[in-house]
Amino acid sequence: MFKWISQTIAVTLLSIRTIPRRISSSAVAMAGIAGVVIVFIAVLSIGEGFKAAMTEAGSPSRAIILRAGADSEMSSGLSGPETDLIKQAPGVLLEGNRAIASAELFVIIDRNKRATGTAANVPLRGIESAAMQVRDEVKVTEGRMFQFGTNEAIVGRSALGQFSGLDLNSEIKSGQLTLKIVGVFDAKGSAAESELWADSKLIQNVYRRGNSYQSVLVRLDSPASFDAFKNALTSNPQLNVQVKKETEYYAAQSETMTSLIKGIGYIIAFLMGTGAVFGAILTMNTAVSARTREIATLRALGFNTISVLISVLGESMALAALGGLAGGLLGFFAFNGYQTSTMNFQTFSQIAFAFRVTPSLLTQGLTYALIMGFIGGVFPAIRAARLPIPSALREL
Amino acid sequence: MKYFALIWRNLLRRKTRTAFTLLMIFIAFVLYGFLMTVRAAFVGGVEVASAERLIMTHKVSLIQLLPISYEQQIRSTSGVKAVTHSTWFGGTYQDLANQFAVMAVDPAPFEDMYPEFKLSASEKAAWLADRQGAIVGRDSAKRFGWKVGDRVPVKGTIWQPKQGDTWFFNVSGIYDGDKEVDKTTFYFRYDYLDENRRGAYGQVGWYTIRIADPNRSAEVGSAIDSQFANSSAETKTSPEKAFMQGFANQIGNIGFMMVSIVTVVLVLLLLNVANQMGQSVRERTSEIGVLKTLGFSNGLVLSLLLAESMLIAVIGGMAGLGVVYFLVQSGGFNNSFLPVFIFGTRDLVVGVGLCLGLGLLAGIFPATSAMQLRITDALRRN
Repeated sequence: MFKWISQTIAVTLLSIRTIPRRISSSAVAMAGIAGVVIVFIAVLSIGEGFKAAMTEAGSPSRAIILRAGADSEMSSGLSGPETDLIKQAPGVLLEGNRAIASAELFVIIDRNKRATGTAANVPLRGIESAAMQVRDEVKVTEGRMFQFGTNEAIVGRSALGQFSGLDLNSEIKSGQLTLKIVGVFDAKGSAAESELWADSKLIQNVYRRGNSYQSVLVRLDSPASFDAFKNALTSNPQLNVQVKKETEYYAAQSETMTSLIKGIGYIIAFLMGTGAVFGAILTMNTAVSARTREIATLRALGFNTISVLISVLGESMALAALGGLAGGLLGFFAFNGYQTSTMNFQTFSQIAFAFRVTPSLLTQGLTYALIMGFIGGVFPAIRAARLPIPSALREL
Repeated sequence: MKYFALIWRNLLRRKTRTAFTLLMIFIAFVLYGFLMTVRAAFVGGVEVASAERLIMTHKVSLIQLLPISYEQQIRSTSGVKAVTHSTWFGGTYQDLANQFAVMAVDPAPFEDMYPEFKLSASEKAAWLADRQGAIVGRDSAKRFGWKVGDRVPVKGTIWQPKQGDTWFFNVSGIYDGDKEVDKTTFYFRYDYLDENRRGAYGQVGWYTIRIADPNRSAEVGSAIDSQFANSSAETKTSPEKAFMQGFANQIGNIGFMMVSIVTVVLVLLLLNVANQMGQSVRERTSEIGVLKTLGFSNGLVLSLLLAESMLIAVIGGMAGLGVVYFLVQSGGFNNSFLPVFIFGTRDLVVGVGLCLGLGLLAGIFPATSAMQLRITDALRRN
């Protein structure tokens, strides 16, 4: 047994050490696999980043209430009295007599995207004073919180980076709307950071919404009271609403885009991977051809067929591992954290996010590289192991 | 052509190598076709946009409504030939997940404004006669199994009817159009919406304006906007193409991403194919010496090898492009999210060019070195 292992190791090392002799062909196969891994990581890190921005916006201890049948805050509508009823429901966290809940409006305002210089639908949220207590992760990091009852606003960090004309202390004028930016807020990179926030009363006025809102976001006294809260609202005949955990709401919002990106990403990775496997097979075939006499000599010396087979397979997988690692590292440094923004189709508005090369993506990329190396190596390996010794020794 | 047999025999010399090289080229061009189709699906609207049409929206944002009274004022602006309005409705059929594009429009001017929607005369008449009538694109009609005359319940994501929560429409017609036209939208009559919705009476989403001279679009656009300056609803008018481009930009630079991936794929492919051609020429060194001894000129040797690499590139590439073309034609990619999947003629032509370029580039270095070989050196090598 030990002899068998040492034979295999010796032959494998021999074939790996001879790679420099066939450097151009080996490099091409490696580059092929690295290319597949880079593209795989690039495309899927978009999906991961988008999903992260959306799902990390949600907290299980918050619930969002929309009109029944609305698919997002954008299409929802609730009257002022309805939002008051919602805030009085059991399960809402109270501070003294005040419910920690915010009735909000969600509209868009045209601002130019820095990357393209063309107009983009930047989300503008009208909030109530409890909003900062409902979303306790949100912190104003520059400037100050806006004053309710004025036309001041605060801007999310990602929105500031992605869209022009939202700088601290600047003024936005658009039609009848004037907003003065007095602060920048941080929401840990989540969806809220793509937004501008102002007083809901101001938005009602400028957007002619009367005394109506689009959603209510409440902090529950505990995540466990969600069911009771939901039942109280949905069984109330005065209300026609849907109640969702905030986490569920954002997960559903990200679904269309994430599955689209994943779908396209996997198709691309599959096709590119198939091509790279063909390239690897060609490379390994060439390697076996070039070493025909060497392999036949080893076999004639008594090295067994399995060790020859493993050596060829080992070479192919070593090339693939190198290619995969190179691709993974390049992909990580080139794309991780790259800031961009896209349209969230449910709300028809922009969401800023950063590409995310997660450890799981890197592992997937490397595993995929090894699979490509295995499939690319296995057929040439079998061919090498089966070479007829006499005629192979005679080959030039 | 008389050398075709020779080229062919050379390709068949190492069948495995030729087969895998062909497969690699095939796969790469399938990818090219797929990526270009995805790109067209995202930015396709830009290409079908008409230079004669302008889009006027609320200045603050697209979601804000404009008064219907603006229509008269726009029509009387000099340079304007026709005007119509649209209102986004958004809808779901049976299940909340079955979302599709639903818009309220004014039927008579809508017909004139969008000649790309093909509808029979009897269907047009039926739509004009029925307030509850609607027309739907062939793709959506197929998706939901609707026929002309069907009564369909649609839930609105934005507008709620005065009674209940469901709107009912009669399918007056099913429109068709060229392959680059979106055939998934459902259009119903604005008068029916305005009578039956709760609130926002007399408000529309945006205006589409046809102008007499496409070269004057900027001028006409600003003339229209200036009429509504300082009103309660200020406007922004832009050419349809710019509007569509802006919309595509909102999704992100899909075009750039797709072209980048295609570039990576093609560069890797070129490396691989060139490597295989080089390998194949090296193995044949002495044979090339023999050819030259027999009197084959340097130029002929070069052309033969180039022809070999072009042939393999063209066979593999055309097969790949062909497969994508037929898949797209048969509607294999269609879905509700990206309604228009086309493999454009321009992308196809570029693809053929890339095939030829690939064959040429992959073959040029080995072929040149073969051409420069001296007979004595070539024959001396084993």
